[in-house]
Amino acid sequence: MPAPASPLLSLEALKVAYGGIQAVKGIDLIVGDGELVCLIGANGAGKTTTLKGITGLQPVQSGTVRYGGEDVTGLPAFQLVRRGLAMVPEGRGVFGGLTIEENLAMGAYVRQDRDAIRADIERVYGLFPRLKERRRQTAGTLSGGEQQMLAMGRALMSRPRMLLLDEPSMGLAPLMVQKVFETVLAVSREGVTILLIEQNAKLALEVSSRGYVMESGEITLAGDAKMLLHDPKVRAAYLGVGA
Amino acid sequence: MDTFLQQIVNGLTLGSIYAIVALGYTMVYGIVQLINFAHGEVVMIGALTAYSVIVALTGAQVPLPAVAIVLVATMVAIPVCMAVGYTLERTAYRPLRRAPRLAPLITAIGLSIILQHLALIVWSRNPLPYPQIIHTVPYHLTGNPNGATITNVQIAIVVTSVAMMAGLVTLVYRTKLGIAMRAVAQNPSIAGLMGIDNNRVIALTFVIGAGLGAVAGVMVGSYYGIAHYQMGFLLGLKAFSAAVLGGIGNLAGAMLGGLLLGVIEALGAGYVGDLTNLCQLSGWFDALKVRCATDPNVTLFGSNYQDVFAFIVLILVLVFRPSGLLGERVSDRA
Repeated sequence: MPAPASPLLSLEALKVAYGGIQAVKGIDLIVGDGELVCLIGANGAGKTTTLKGITGLQPVQSGTVRYGGEDVTGLPAFQLVRRGLAMVPEGRGVFGGLTIEENLAMGAYVRQDRDAIRADIERVYGLFPRLKERRRQTAGTLSGGEQQMLAMGRALMSRPRMLLLDEPSMGLAPLMVQKVFETVLAVSREGVTILLIEQNAKLALEVSSRGYVMESGEITLAGDAKMLLHDPKVRAAYLGVGA
Repeated sequence: MDTFLQQIVNGLTLGSIYAIVALGYTMVYGIVQLINFAHGEVVMIGALTAYSVIVALTGAQVPLPAVAIVLVATMVAIPVCMAVGYTLERTAYRPLRRAPRLAPLITAIGLSIILQHLALIVWSRNPLPYPQIIHTVPYHLTGNPNGATITNVQIAIVVTSVAMMAGLVTLVYRTKLGIAMRAVAQNPSIAGLMGIDNNRVIALTFVIGAGLGAVAGVMVGSYYGIAHYQMGFLLGLKAFSAAVLGGIGNLAGAMLGGLLLGVIEALGAGYVGDLTNLCQLSGWFDALKVRCATDPNVTLFGSNYQDVFAFIVLILVLVFRPSGLLGERVSDRA
């Protein structure tokens, strides 16, 4: 597989345990600057634990996380955000008791430029007009899809260089899933590097340039997304198509 | 009627102090689900620090008006208490952030004892007469010259408290730090993903609560005219009761609970003597009739039972409405 010229994020032999189980068994993964890469796999394959290892939410046992040329292994999440690495967590994780606008303001917590923050909030509203209508409502009153919009908008508020997306399509109606993936592509085209974690392998591979397939804590396949999309093993295991 | 009015005035004064102290309990509980039982001692340290400053300034005959001296003393007490609050969080509570709930609770009680005894060493075991340098001026509330009054000190206490509550609400609901405090309270790990340094926000919450406590300490000292190394204990318990009454973790609840508790306590103290006067029953018992002919006040409980009311309220709330008046979702926290 052709490795990207300048990797922004790279995992080297990363091992992470989750609840006493070796959930990530020493994986290597590279995301190049400006790339959209997906990590697909079945439920319980270790995808989310990988993300938690990257963002310091789960302690790393061994291996290295390198971001922007710097070893950031075990660094707490709040310091990664300050380096431009934002994450949209699984289950969205909006602050249900805060208003939509307050959620967005928290997304820009690391920034000081008030006017630009204001402008970016309007930009997110432009992307998701539903959010603007409900700006003064608490986020807990939003539907699942709207919460996903908010979570993505909030992550963009930090003006990240790289975005980690954990299962953005989970539990959403098909129309919403479509909208979410359109947004992912739009964000990617603006130059934000994205690592997308998905169970919906077909959609994920369609928008990505490269993909990694994870199984029982290990990377079993990696390569060009279009190639993976047509790989018989991938088709059989994740796309519901007989080999 | 005058008694009633007077007790309401006294109750609101006392209640605003309770409210300010209760805010310290409720803010900390809201963000880390910890009852900081040492908060009463922070209030005590505020009162005693200000006491020392007032004594020093008046002793040195500094040519300042009385109000200015009290202000200077408060300005010294605030940073001292903030430092104490920060130290408690940093050294005692933070290492226990992931420990079972009981550990920080016991630690809090231990800290409370340590702080009391440090204060005992610094300020002696004697009740210290708070210099009454501000001349108390009563204002009549009714036409009755012997009727209910409100003093300038009471007005100052209520006004200061209301201003601080307004300031705190503005901070929590209108500033970036306040929104971050609420975000951390709701979900610390997601807050971390926003770039919020949880430890810093939690420490600031302790510091702000301690600063409010310092002002409350000066108000208690000035109001009762006495300060003592154990004064924080009962005051802290009552303010905690007020926070529970309003719904712990809820800012508006702490304010409402504090004011209500102050009024309940004042009315209780004002009327418990009359209500438990056995002479009302003298028609039924001859022995009482004889006794009441010489002394018409044979009361079972006098106003020295004032302190009981706060705890009666606490027990009733815990039995009938454990989430407090304005509280929700306590079931998943208690």
